[in-house]
Amino acid sequence: MDAGALAARVQAHLGGGQLERVEFRGEVTVIVPADRVLDALEAVRTAPGGPWMLTDLTAVDRHPAEPRFEVVYLLTGLQPPVRLRLKARLPGARPVIASATGLWPGANWLEREVYDLFGIRFEGHPNLTRILLPDDWEGHPLRKDYPLTEEPVQFIGHVPKVPSAIIPTSPPRR
Amino acid sequence: MTARQTETLTINVGPQHPATHGVLRVLLDLEGEVIVGCRPVIGYLHTGFEKTMEHRTYHQNIVFPARIEYLATFIEECAYVLAVEKLLDVAPPPRAQVARVILMELSRIASHLVWLGTSVLELNVTSGFFYCFQAREPILDLFEMVSGQRMMHGYIRIGGLAWDLPEGFVPRVRQVMEALPRQLDDLEAMLTDNLIWRRRTEGVGVLSAADALRFGCTGPLLRGSGVGYDVRKAFPYSGYEQYAFDVPVGTAGDAFDRYRLRMEEMRQARRIVLQALDRLPSGPWIVDDRKVALPPRPELVRSMEAVIHQFKLVSEGLHPPPGEVYHAVESPRGEKGYYLVSDGSNRPVRVRVRSASFNNLQALPVMLQGHTMADVVVVIATVDPVLGDVDR
Amino acid sequence: MAVTAIEPAEVREVERRVLTTTVEKMVAWARSGSIWPAQFGLACCAIEMMASAGARFDIARFGSELFRASPRQADLLIVSGRVSQKMAPVLRHIYDQMLEPKWVIAMGDCASCGGVFNNYALVQGVDKIVPVDVYVAGCPPRPEALLYGVLQLREKIAAGGGRR
Repeated sequence: MDAGALAARVQAHLGGGQLERVEFRGEVTVIVPADRVLDALEAVRTAPGGPWMLTDLTAVDRHPAEPRFEVVYLLTGLQPPVRLRLKARLPGARPVIASATGLWPGANWLEREVYDLFGIRFEGHPNLTRILLPDDWEGHPLRKDYPLTEEPVQFIGHVPKVPSAIIPTSPPRR
Repeated sequence: MTARQTETLTINVGPQHPATHGVLRVLLDLEGEVIVGCRPVIGYLHTGFEKTMEHRTYHQNIVFPARIEYLATFIEECAYVLAVEKLLDVAPPPRAQVARVILMELSRIASHLVWLGTSVLELNVTSGFFYCFQAREPILDLFEMVSGQRMMHGYIRIGGLAWDLPEGFVPRVRQVMEALPRQLDDLEAMLTDNLIWRRRTEGVGVLSAADALRFGCTGPLLRGSGVGYDVRKAFPYSGYEQYAFDVPVGTAGDAFDRYRLRMEEMRQARRIVLQALDRLPSGPWIVDDRKVALPPRPELVRSMEAVIHQFKLVSEGLHPPPGEVYHAVESPRGEKGYYLVSDGSNRPVRVRVRSASFNNLQALPVMLQGHTMADVVVVIATVDPVLGDVDR
Repeated sequence: MAVTAIEPAEVREVERRVLTTTVEKMVAWARSGSIWPAQFGLACCAIEMMASAGARFDIARFGSELFRASPRQADLLIVSGRVSQKMAPVLRHIYDQMLEPKWVIAMGDCASCGGVFNNYALVQGVDKIVPVDVYVAGCPPRPEALLYGVLQLREKIAAGGGRR
């Protein structure tokens, strides 16, 4: 089953409505509604061409755009090798999504990491606690409104004084 | 006679520990010597790579990947640069492709030698540690010859390589590859039929294929359990489909199988290096696209456009099209992927490092269930975690 | 029997054959000759530290025969690698567990000053947590650089009388 057919299968499982699909550089991404994400994952997990692995589970912060967060699932099938990306968009105010640990136990730490760094809660996760940062850390560092917290470097006679500002952001061309 | 009372003892292993392969903390619940529960605690090496890489240009970010997985440095650098090249839809010239394959496979051999050296050291085979590190030194000399640094090279650039391979590199690589089989044979002779080694690794840390797939384990952990998934064969990159090599697959899924597997992987890596050396073409080492790679310095004297391109690339960096890509490579630990999200500006919106060791380490409690305290060291060694990769 | 004056030549002869020193200098010499590091490998620099213990660079010829696993048996803490916020209390704990006299080498850029990582996650230099005697720069420093740092520390110990 190739990625396009998989995307169609996900669409069918979710009631057949049109799902946003992006194809870029040979990769297929399907955007599913956040409340149907478990159905979509199950559709892929039971698809022919398995076994299916949850290769990655992560999030992207699109601040200040709304919906702010995108939870990204990368799935890999082994026979034949094929990849599909599923995305679910979450609002910035109270980002909650169902946990995939019931489908793949490997989602456990991945979801804890997303919670730790983004603050997205996963409903049904057995132990949603911080994993990379100290337990008493405040804030979620990978959010765009969390500063990089750089210590100013004592460059002599040079402004700016923080490394990340030496080459400033420049907007998209064209 | 009174009934025997048992209580569960919780022991803390690490994060400062000689045998945890880094700053890994494991909380073990023991009943006597038998492990009934295991909770790994990670995060002691969390460096904020992903956030830092969002605040640098794509070129500035080349510095970071080698520090994430510091044992297979070229593989990690290539992983990031290949993802950026996929985003830009730019292909490096053939010479750079083949050179990258050579360096990546040398990196794989060096990484497995460190794995073996530290694993045997933890089981008190101190001479094995010295043999492995001594075998690794010529490979690090090759890296130094090429990039100036033993580790953390910064040699792989977007579009190709930083500069051409030095003269004398190819004969030196052949020399090192000539010496390698004898060194591997010596190590295998020391370990494979060694009663103590076999007793300590056979049947220890068994991971079933179903468990490995459910936890997202890749690399020797998955292949040791019988699933032959190797990113170089499944999703080839950098011309790997042109090389003839085998991917060893185990059957028992225990530590001994994975040891045999990694030794064979080193031999196969050598096989790839020799093929690549024969295949190495002459030609440019970086792509000609001035929006991606700096122009060669002599051109700056002749062409105003070259000066402008140089200025733009250095002061602003390159601007990929908006979009997202995921590119994976086969690191010695499994599937290492970079997920880049671009909005068209000179900095990535998101750099996600799909870490092989992070997923592999999740299977640790499953692999330790029912074993004794003495097996903890063997099982952590056979998972071969790189904590920089786990914690990022 | 008359006591004759000691000839300068005899004094020189004695000085040539007999080593005179103070107890402090003896102790300093002994301490500097046998510095046992604690195993505190954190990240990439730890690999170069292991290489410096290997056969090619051989830190053992400078007295560091053993890297002690327990900090209570070690003299030297080579902080090799980046210290994250979560690891900082552990580092301090290990340092406190070492017995006097003890020394600290900050190996690598991350341990010296935060290195390439100027962000929320890392302590910008371990001298914010433990007192450092020698800083070895590099990312990672070559094993020879670490050995040079150890030699500098030996000179420091020998000169300072072995006390911190």
